[in-house]
Amino acid sequence: MTTVTAARPRAPRLTTAAAQIFMIVMTLLWVTPIVFALYVALRPITETNKLGYLSLPRHLTLENFANAWTQSDMWRFFLNSVYVTVPAVLLTLFGASMVAYVVSRLAFWFNIPLLILFTAGNLLPPQVIITPLYRIYLAIPLPDWISGSGLLYNSYAGLIVINVSFQLGFCVFVLSNYMKTVPTDIDEAAVIDGATLWTRFWRITLPLCRPALAALATLVTTWIYNDFFWAITLISTGNKRPITSALANLQGQFVANQNMIAAAALIAAIPTLLVYVLLQKQFIAGLSLGSAKG
Amino acid sequence: MLTRRDKVVAVAMLGIPLLLAAAFVWFPALASVFLSFTKWTGVGGIKLQSCQNFPSAPGIPQPGCLYGVQNYVQAFTNYPDFWPAVRHNAIWLAVFIVIATPLGMLFAVIIDRGLRGSRIYQSVLFLPVMLSLALIGIIWELIYSPNFGLINTVIGRNQNDNLIDWLGDPRLNLWALLVEACWRQAPYVMVLYLAGLKAVDPSLREAAVVDGANAWQTFWRVVFPTMRPINIVVLVVTVIESLRAFDLVYITSKGNPLRGLELLSVLVTQNIVGETQRIGFGSTLGVVLLVISLVPISIFLYQAFRREAR
Repeated sequence: MTTVTAARPRAPRLTTAAAQIFMIVMTLLWVTPIVFALYVALRPITETNKLGYLSLPRHLTLENFANAWTQSDMWRFFLNSVYVTVPAVLLTLFGASMVAYVVSRLAFWFNIPLLILFTAGNLLPPQVIITPLYRIYLAIPLPDWISGSGLLYNSYAGLIVINVSFQLGFCVFVLSNYMKTVPTDIDEAAVIDGATLWTRFWRITLPLCRPALAALATLVTTWIYNDFFWAITLISTGNKRPITSALANLQGQFVANQNMIAAAALIAAIPTLLVYVLLQKQFIAGLSLGSAKG
Repeated sequence: MLTRRDKVVAVAMLGIPLLLAAAFVWFPALASVFLSFTKWTGVGGIKLQSCQNFPSAPGIPQPGCLYGVQNYVQAFTNYPDFWPAVRHNAIWLAVFIVIATPLGMLFAVIIDRGLRGSRIYQSVLFLPVMLSLALIGIIWELIYSPNFGLINTVIGRNQNDNLIDWLGDPRLNLWALLVEACWRQAPYVMVLYLAGLKAVDPSLREAAVVDGANAWQTFWRVVFPTMRPINIVVLVVTVIESLRAFDLVYITSKGNPLRGLELLSVLVTQNIVGETQRIGFGSTLGVVLLVISLVPISIFLYQAFRREAR
């Protein structure tokens, strides 16, 4: 490490000072919107209506948070997010690792076209496919025990299906690159021992991919939790929407109280903030995995 | 090598995920190309006949029918929102390329040099990347609020006779949203470049220094070119994200069309919600998006897979 640092061109002191000032200013600018939102959410609307948001506080209270939570059945939206995000992430990783394994271990002529197909699909703007997808969702019936609507449209299952289908591409791309770097010796030894393809995948290769799977799980969980577009277009019943898209409805419901909307938005951010605090390394690792091979 | 059972398993392992991607991503993508040549309100099926065979009479719903390139003609010549949307998407992309990307790169370079406090800077700057765009739209409304907001209060334009309506004024609102979008995009680019910078072989820098290159030359002549794969990823992310831009506009405009914020992605969605669905026309706009997005997608795929294909 020391040689690395020593090898860098030594920056003159003036440049370092300028860089330091620049980063301090930028960091303060960057954190302002979040701190400001928190500050507004902590103040009663009666006070900010009189004094504006940028004023010294007379009262700081958690009332907006409490009211946002109770007046909107927010727990229900969180539950919806869990219903959608958990199965979607598990299915995405499971499906993607299966494809990645076959593509990286077996030499089929169609491996590259297949990878291209998956990867390209993930890069499409969702709006390209939404119009036909919307009609397809209206045309596919589901039994009542899966979907209250009797259709793929307006059902949790529908939301899971599109999130999985769309995220598969990215995960296949990352995992197939990762598996190519995992040594194949054990895999080959297992072939001689007569292990089946499934055993070699599930028992041998997949456990070796834990770091990549952990990073991807963090990333994809955040992405699916943060999804707005699919839920807005494919879920029509307000109280079936996951929390991120439900913010649009809450904005209408609390239209007279911007402070409460801010509180609701911050409550909705809690899971992502937890990921930010606890799993930031995993999240960044996931992003880097996606771009490193590129 | 493979037993019969292994072959069946391999087919299932590939087949099930492939079926999902094919049915819910690629089939709709192709279907939107077909639908873009039809006129369909979503009521009844689509008849494979020219629309001229079904004269539209008031009160009688027209079935779906083949419409030729009429949707495209309409979009390009007769749809007042189309060219503003294209222009706004182009501005969005330009701002990402000219402001967000260089800013993110600068953050990454400074942090990578191990400035004191780098870890704190990186963590704070990175926060918006984790947040949903819906949430970002909501918290920025507090900054831009005409009467109470941070900006108007600071510059003294918060009285009813001199308000600046940052998010409502069609001359301002796109730029206001672009500030929000850059707030998230720049650190995103930063993270990608940080990974790229770490992967640069330190001996390259060493050699450049020995040869008497200064920091500026070392970065642009040595480090930057070796990060070509990351540069392409960043370029693709930049283009795709500016085509996808939707959530911020939806939140800011409360789901309604808002002048100044027309984007292709928003127009597509407007044609499938509400009373009168225009499936054919909505698909046409989707195809326009598809054609544009295929450019960066192809560049990325070429770069990512060309080595393997050899």
